[in-house]
Amino acid sequence: MSGDLRELYQEVILDHSKRPRNFGALPQSNRRAEGYNPLCGDRITVYMLVEDGVVAAVAFEGAGCAICTASASMMTQALVGKTEAEVEGLFRGFHALVTEETALNADTSKLGKLSVFAGVREFPIRVKCATLPWHTMRAALENQAAPVTTE
Amino acid sequence: MSPLAVVEKDRRGPSAYDVEAVRRDFPILSRMVHGKPLVYLDNAATTQKPQCVIDAVSRYYREENSNIHRGVHYLSEVATEAYEAARIKVQRFLNAPLFCEIIYVRGATEAINLVVSSYGRTHVGAGDEVIISAIEHHSNIVPWQMLCEEKGARLRVIPVNDRGELMLEEYEKLFNPRTKFVSLVHVSNALGTVNPVKEMIDTAHRHGAPVLVDGAQAAPHLPVDVQELDCDFYVFSGHKVYGPTGVGALYGKASLLKDMPPYMGGGDMIRSVSFEKTTYNDLPHRFEAGTPNIAGGIGLGAAIDYVTALGPERIAAHEHDLLVYGTERLSEIPGLRLIGTAREKAGVLSFTLEGIHPHDIGTILDREGIAVRTGHHCAMPVMERFGVPATARASLGLYNTRQEIDALVAGLHRVIRVFS
Repeated sequence: MSGDLRELYQEVILDHSKRPRNFGALPQSNRRAEGYNPLCGDRITVYMLVEDGVVAAVAFEGAGCAICTASASMMTQALVGKTEAEVEGLFRGFHALVTEETALNADTSKLGKLSVFAGVREFPIRVKCATLPWHTMRAALENQAAPVTTE
Repeated sequence: MSPLAVVEKDRRGPSAYDVEAVRRDFPILSRMVHGKPLVYLDNAATTQKPQCVIDAVSRYYREENSNIHRGVHYLSEVATEAYEAARIKVQRFLNAPLFCEIIYVRGATEAINLVVSSYGRTHVGAGDEVIISAIEHHSNIVPWQMLCEEKGARLRVIPVNDRGELMLEEYEKLFNPRTKFVSLVHVSNALGTVNPVKEMIDTAHRHGAPVLVDGAQAAPHLPVDVQELDCDFYVFSGHKVYGPTGVGALYGKASLLKDMPPYMGGGDMIRSVSFEKTTYNDLPHRFEAGTPNIAGGIGLGAAIDYVTALGPERIAAHEHDLLVYGTERLSEIPGLRLIGTAREKAGVLSFTLEGIHPHDIGTILDREGIAVRTGHHCAMPVMERFGVPATARASLGLYNTRQEIDALVAGLHRVIRVFS
């Protein structure tokens, strides 16, 4: 496998895509939104339980490519216990990580495990796969009815 | 060619041609992608262009550029002649009886929209019905849907079986006195199914309905004869028959075209204009408002010359051989499911790999220099019917080789290794 493919499909990403964490509906959720990229066929639903402005639980379900699924899975782990403001910070940091050449700024330094997605930057058409769960999550926070798309 | 070479060629039968020599006609095929030789298997999306097409377009701009049907000057005359000569090449390519039955358009999509807007709006009214099939490209669904919405008409859909073949007994049952039109794809872009259009046209005609055949995927792969088919309209895109983008053709029977209202108004489609009354030009110009894609038309003519010289029968035979080989090789791959297994099929290998999303397949193959398409192929109802969100699709052209199929198979094994 070439270097940038190895960067894209890192072990952690493959592991999350094959065994997504927090996969399934979240019956007690009070926020929810759908994301759909019809061109590639990625479709996910993000469920959140937000209590006193803090994310108490997150889950997702749907069908997508490895990048989309792993991104959703790792996102659900990263968000628990975060305030809405912190979630917004992570969203911006993640977005910068996968889209900007010089993403080594203060925001992305807080991303922790999520920084494995830096390899997506070399695959511009896959950026929409990695960001779909995050945009859907943001829409869920607002309980947005219309499905989100990143295409 | 030396006499010996001729003998050698004949010995291989009418289906064979020297594919390596053919490949040398296409400059792009010798380039590298991600450090690997390009394996171009996305011909259903668009085909590569032979040097003669590139030269024809370039020569037009270098030596002949001028507007057509207008000037009395030398260049305008030369350009008009070249553009109209290309129309006659299209006419012969489709075996249309008259050159005025060939209307230049931007592509198959525009041709369908022209027929919907002009013929459809005149002949389809409230409560009427239009028949299409379950395996149409969006371009042969959406324009009819828009018409039906506007007129209060109803769209009826011929169902498809699990192999990807249209269910002809169900087709026959869709007809009733309100059936005003049938619009059918000749070869499915997502599945490769070759529809029995001749038989289906006969059925429609027995019920008094005219038929449009969407030949976007057929014209590059099969010999097309509109008189033998007896279709009322036939459409195709130049860029899928090794010609430039932005040009294509609509064939229509003159008996229908002559009574159809114009599609767009403007220059070239008129005979005379005053503020009181405009009289329209004759066929085919009546449907060709504005300065057309002149270079595109000339390039399309060169592409047709190329395909004709190689021989549509030989191209079909070459691609069929590759399809059979590709079907065998892909079937050996564990977890691979072919979507579209019609008995009559053109060079499309649409598939899924168990547990691996087509998008990931496409990305990994791309880094091997292999170009395939992934996604819904502008045929979302087909994806729905086969219960998949998307497929990966390798589609064949006249220059593909067995070695390229082998490269695809090796690439797919690599994909499986990454995800195992």
